[in-house]
This record gives sequence, structure tokens and C-alpha cells, in this order.
Amino acid sequence: MLDYITSYLGMNTTPGQAGNVFWVLVYILVVFGGVSVAVMAMNWLERKALAHFQIRLGPMRVGPHGLLQPIADAVKLLTKEDIIPAEADKFVFWIAPLIILCASFTVYIVIPFGPTHAITDLNIGILFMLGVSSLSVLGVVMAGWASNSHYPLIGSLRSSAQMISYEIAMGMAVVSAVLMTSLNKSGTGTLSMIGIVQAQQQQQIWFLFKFFPLGLIAFVIFAIAMVAETNRAPFDLPEAESELTAGFHTEYSGLRWSLFMLGEYAAMIAVSSIAVTLWVGGWMRPFPNTLTGDTWDLVFSLFPGLTFLGLALIAFIGVVRMPKHPYFRIQTIGLAGFAAVLALIGLLLFAPPVRDRIQDIFWFIAKVAVFMYMYIWYRATFPRYRFDQLMKVGWKVLLPIAIGVLILTAIAGVLF
Amino acid sequence: MTEPTTYLSHLELGEPDKTYLDTNELIINMGPQHPATHGVLRVILKLDGEKVLGTECVIGYLHRGVEKIAEHRTYAMFNPYVDRMDYVAAVSNGLGYCEAVEKLLNVEAPPRAKYIRVILTELNRLASHQLWLGTHALDIGAMTPLFYTFRDREEILKIFERYCGARLTTHAFRIGGCLYETYDGFENDVKKFLDFVPPKIDEYEELLTTNRIWVERTRNVGKISAEDCKALGVTGPVLRASGVKWDLRKAQPYAAYSEFDFEIPTGVNGDTYDRYIVRMQEMRQSLRIIRQAVERIPDGPIMAKVPKVIKPPVGEVYHSIEAPKGELGYFIVSDGSTQPYRVRVRPPSFVNLQALDIMVRGQLVADVIAVIGTLDIVLGEVDR
Repeated sequence: MLDYITSYLGMNTTPGQAGNVFWVLVYILVVFGGVSVAVMAMNWLERKALAHFQIRLGPMRVGPHGLLQPIADAVKLLTKEDIIPAEADKFVFWIAPLIILCASFTVYIVIPFGPTHAITDLNIGILFMLGVSSLSVLGVVMAGWASNSHYPLIGSLRSSAQMISYEIAMGMAVVSAVLMTSLNKSGTGTLSMIGIVQAQQQQQIWFLFKFFPLGLIAFVIFAIAMVAETNRAPFDLPEAESELTAGFHTEYSGLRWSLFMLGEYAAMIAVSSIAVTLWVGGWMRPFPNTLTGDTWDLVFSLFPGLTFLGLALIAFIGVVRMPKHPYFRIQTIGLAGFAAVLALIGLLLFAPPVRDRIQDIFWFIAKVAVFMYMYIWYRATFPRYRFDQLMKVGWKVLLPIAIGVLILTAIAGVLF
Repeated sequence: MTEPTTYLSHLELGEPDKTYLDTNELIINMGPQHPATHGVLRVILKLDGEKVLGTECVIGYLHRGVEKIAEHRTYAMFNPYVDRMDYVAAVSNGLGYCEAVEKLLNVEAPPRAKYIRVILTELNRLASHQLWLGTHALDIGAMTPLFYTFRDREEILKIFERYCGARLTTHAFRIGGCLYETYDGFENDVKKFLDFVPPKIDEYEELLTTNRIWVERTRNVGKISAEDCKALGVTGPVLRASGVKWDLRKAQPYAAYSEFDFEIPTGVNGDTYDRYIVRMQEMRQSLRIIRQAVERIPDGPIMAKVPKVIKPPVGEVYHSIEAPKGELGYFIVSDGSTQPYRVRVRPPSFVNLQALDIMVRGQLVADVIAVIGTLDIVLGEVDR
């Protein structure tokens, strides 16, 4: 048994490929737990960042700087009464949020956080991702239909039309990235997520800059389509609160509603991960080809620890700036403790064995974080598109450009 | 229990269309509890998919009988009640009522009082437009301008608070003039505000005016022609955006407006975007008026000679002013007693709301929200 467990450690592949069920389970638990925590963190960050865009403070009461707010929200949602409308189709109503949740979590099976840090590496990875993530539309339609109410129905119709239309443009953009992977000596491309990143490594360029500006255009199309795909502002009309109160989940409350939210945020992280993998070099650190040598390797490997130390520093500044009043004593101690934990993690990340293993994951997460920040930024800046305009953008603008880029990429690939 | 009243008089559903797919027209209820109907407006929509085939407004959820209350209060006692109609532009309401009663009494407010009235009313117009902009942008999905406008509106409310102690329902004016002399530093505060706010208006415009999504959401949405506006009695920025240069401050100058130099911004298309532009320009024109007023404010008394007990002679009077939302008129009938025999208010929101059906017919659900926002209705004024 112990041999079975340790046999994986020396291998240079993902646990799925190595066929080691124990480590697959460990990875699944870590990834799913990590995603759930990331969703909570994202929830807090979104509220705080959005608030600061809008000259507000955001959550400040539950814990220092509202740090415990997501936990309080989760507890509230879990303890709320579970309402199923009398007119609803109970089974479909019950299963819809689960479908969305499963769809958005299953995607994480193939996301490569590092060359070996993925649950498994399917040879059709990107296809699997697109296929599974598009299943969530089913959940949206089921939720809207089962609620047996007008607003959710309209919301789900909008949503299904929107998600399906933008998937096509998204797929075209993905194909042009896949096409770029085939520009090697053997002339065979790959659909494997890890393979795509390795192709970028071999060609010594992020696909974002490949055949400039073709890669960039394809990336922008993907970046727009992924916002629409996850129903976020400015394409958030399925849940346009000012028009349809809450869109397809109007009739949902409590735990089921929180499953929708969990699914939505997990899907956001998932599509950001695809974008990072396809265009921004996945787990690779910046400038892996120009800034080479042991010194640069050391410098870049210090980043994870430095990031956590920086976060700890911000938290410590927060401690210093806390009001000196007995009322805030517990919060101040809590924040100081949080800062200490962050600093400890930072110091731990400086240890050479940890440093080398954690690097890939750090760079991947850092790139995804940039995309997540963009989501918040869009939400603070843009008004909402109208349904027909959204369709127009999807079919008449993004799709033709995506096809054009695909053709040009193919031509460029043959010529250069 | 009696059957609930149906309001669907002209919103009969069409026959189901079974030629291709089995489709039905849909009636949905927007409001009275809805985040985007600005209070308790209920709009019944007849939809074909997302297309609006007809609307019907159901109002009265905020009816307090303000006009009836007037018949049981003395003229002075009714003054605070008018603030509760259009509560985001309470100063304008008070100005209209006070001037109407002054007209009935045949007294005129002293010049200094008139100038104070102009400054406060224009500040209030600015506050009202800021609130409109914030909520309108929020309805269309841009959250951020709401907080920016509320931040700047706060400065106006602070001036009101220092002047008369109240922020929203100010009761700033009295019949015959103003009760309060300006506080020390009033002019300074106003001047500081005049320097503070233009960059902020630029900031709102930066977020919205050339924003592609904003322009697409508002241009050619909720179009209404000048003829339709006139036929329905629509006034205010909605009328001016359709190209009619009609502003009571110029057309029938009241208070001290004839002494100021300002322009009437007008639109061309009569769509939501033009109404947005008109209101944005009106904000700047208001600043212009306030600047002139605060620089030229005369000294002197602030209260005309008004009898202790106001007993207007038998007669009737109609006086209207340009409130932020349109023509606000008061028709007061006096029977010679201390209480009005009848007060009829012509609220701009109520009249403008009539245009909703014309403006949204044939457009999409999302446009209904945009149009309700652009009409700038306040339900307190619609229902009174």
C-alpha cells in the first residue's frame, strides 16, 4: 500500500496518467477545496474591490475589514429556509443547481496548475473543458423552466441563447490557439491542456503574441466570450437585477441559490484558467527564455514568498491603522493573527524544496487572478448590453472575426 | 372575498400562434415591488418573447390624498405637505406653492428672497438630476455613477441642512418670501460648491457619454416626437429632448429668472440619449444661474408684508414653474376663508408617465427599464 502511494512521487506525470488512484483523490480534494476557498476569497475581494471603485468601504463589520463576511454569508445561506415554490416542478427545480455546480467543477479535472499538477491530462483536454462547461446551460434552462414563473423563464431563455452563441465564437478562438500548437517539426498539434502549454514553451512565445496581432485578436475574442459565457457584467442579462429581478434564479433561495453562486464563480475561475493556459503561457514564469540562468531562476522562485510577505505587510498596516478602542481589540488581534499566518506561509514558501514545487502553481494562480480582477473591473465600469445587441455582437462581430483570425492563422502557419 | 380587479382592459392576449411553434403572448407584472420601477409603480407588460406589445401603468400605491389634505389645512399649514410630493426636488415644490399663494394674495416676494429662492431651487434641480442620473445608470447596468452622484449630491444637501435644518423635505420657503436669512458663509459654501461640481459632472460624462454600450442602450430607445409630447402634455427635459424649446423659466419667468442669462438645451431625436444629454447640459446651465445669482444677490428684507392670518380674496389662480421634471402647476381656488377650497396639483411626473406606452411599444423589455428611468418619475408625485 505504502509502495503504491510512494510510487507516484518520483514520476513526472499527472496522477491520472500514472493511474495512481490515491493521489488522484488527494488532488481532487485539494483542487476542489482550493476552488471553494478561492470562490469565497473572490466573493470578498469582489465586494471590497467593487466598493473601492465606488467610493464605498464594502463589508467592514464581520471580522477585520469584513474578512469573515463570506463565512457569515455561507452560514446564513445554509441555515435559511429551503423554499420550493408550490407551482414548481420539484425534481427539476432540485437538480438544476446541482447540474450547474457539477459542470463547473468537473472542468477542473484537466486544468494544469503545473506540468505535473493536474488531476489528469486528457489528450482531448480543451475539448473536454468546452464540452463540460457548456453543460451548465442545461442547468440554467432547467432552473428557469422548473420555477414556473415569468421572470426566470425569460432569464433562462436569454441565458441559453447567449451562452450557446458565445460558445461558437469562443470555440473558434480556441481552435486558432490549438492550430498554433501544431507549428512544430512533426506538424502535429495537441488538444491536451498540458501539451498546449508545453507547445508555448517549445515555441518560446505566449500564443498571445504569436503571429502578432492574430494571437492577440483571438485572445481578445476569447476574453469577451468568456465573460458572456459566465453571465457576468456587461453581459449579465440573464440575471439583470434591474430588469428581471434576478433572472433564472429568482425563485431560488438559501442553499440552492448559494450553489448557483458557487457554480458561477467556479465557472469564472475555470474559463480564466483556460484563457491563461491557451494564451498566457499557463504555469510558465514570465520571460522563461530571455531571463535564463540560475540567478534569474532564483529571483523568480522568490516571488511566491514575497507575495505572501507583501500581503502580510498590507495586513500589518491594517493592524496599525485599526482604531485604538477596546471595541476593536478582538478585530485587531484577529487581523494581526491573519497577518502572522500570511507571513509564516510566505517564509515557508522560501524553503527551497517548497519553492521549487510551488512556483508553477503560483504563476498560474497569479495570472488567473489578473483575469478575475478584470471581471470586477468590467462590472464597475460597463452598463449592461441589451439582448438583441448582445446577439449582434456575438454573431455579427465576434464570430466573423474569429473565423477570419482562424483562417489567417492557418495561412500564417503554412507560410512562416 | 371579492375577485381582484383586473386592469387588463386593453391588454387582451392575442390568439396563440400555432403555425410554426406553439407560442403564446405573455403578460408579466413589473412591480409594484421591482428594483427598477423607482418606487411602487406597477407596469403590466404584454410581451411577445422579449418584444413589448403594450403596457399599462397601475398607480396609486403611494396615494396619500395630498390635495384633499389641503382643504383642511390653512394656506401656511399646507406648505410642508407639498415637499412630500416630489421628495427629491422638495424646494421646487415649495417654490411653486408659495408663488401660487402669493399670486392669489397679490403680494410679491422681495428681491433678496427671490434670489435665495433661485439659488436653492437650482441647487435642488442639480440634486434631482444627479439622483436621476445615478438611478437611470443603475437601471441600465452601470452601477458606479450612482455612488458618484450621491457623493456630490451630499454637498447640496449639506447646504440645505445648514440653511434650513432639513436635507430632503426642506420647507425652505414661506408664503411671501423666506423665513430664514442666509447663514454666515452661505455664499462661500455655494461658491465652493460651484467650483467643486463641474469636474464631477465631467467625471459622470466620462463614464457614460461616449461609452459604446451606454450609447447603444440609449440611442433610438424610447423615441417620442414633439407632436406626441404636446398631445400628451409632456413637459420638461423629455419635451426639450424632442426639440421643443420650452422652458417656463424663459417662457413665463417667475421668481428672478428673467434677470439671469442662461440657455435652454434641446435635443433632436427625442430618444433616451438626447434626454440624457439635455439633462447633463441642464446641470451645467443650473450652475451658471447659481453663479450669477450668488454674485448679484441684493441686500434687503427677505419677507414681504403678509397678513398673520392668510385669507386670500375669493378667486382662483393657476401658477406653474419649471420643476426639474417638467411643468409643476398649482391650481388653487379660494372661497375667502383661511383654508383653500380646492388645490389641484399638475405634477410633471404623472403627466410624463403617460408617454411610457408610446415610448416602449414595439421595443424590448430592457428598454422599458431604460424609459422608466429616463422619464424621471417620482412616485410620490405621481400618486400624491
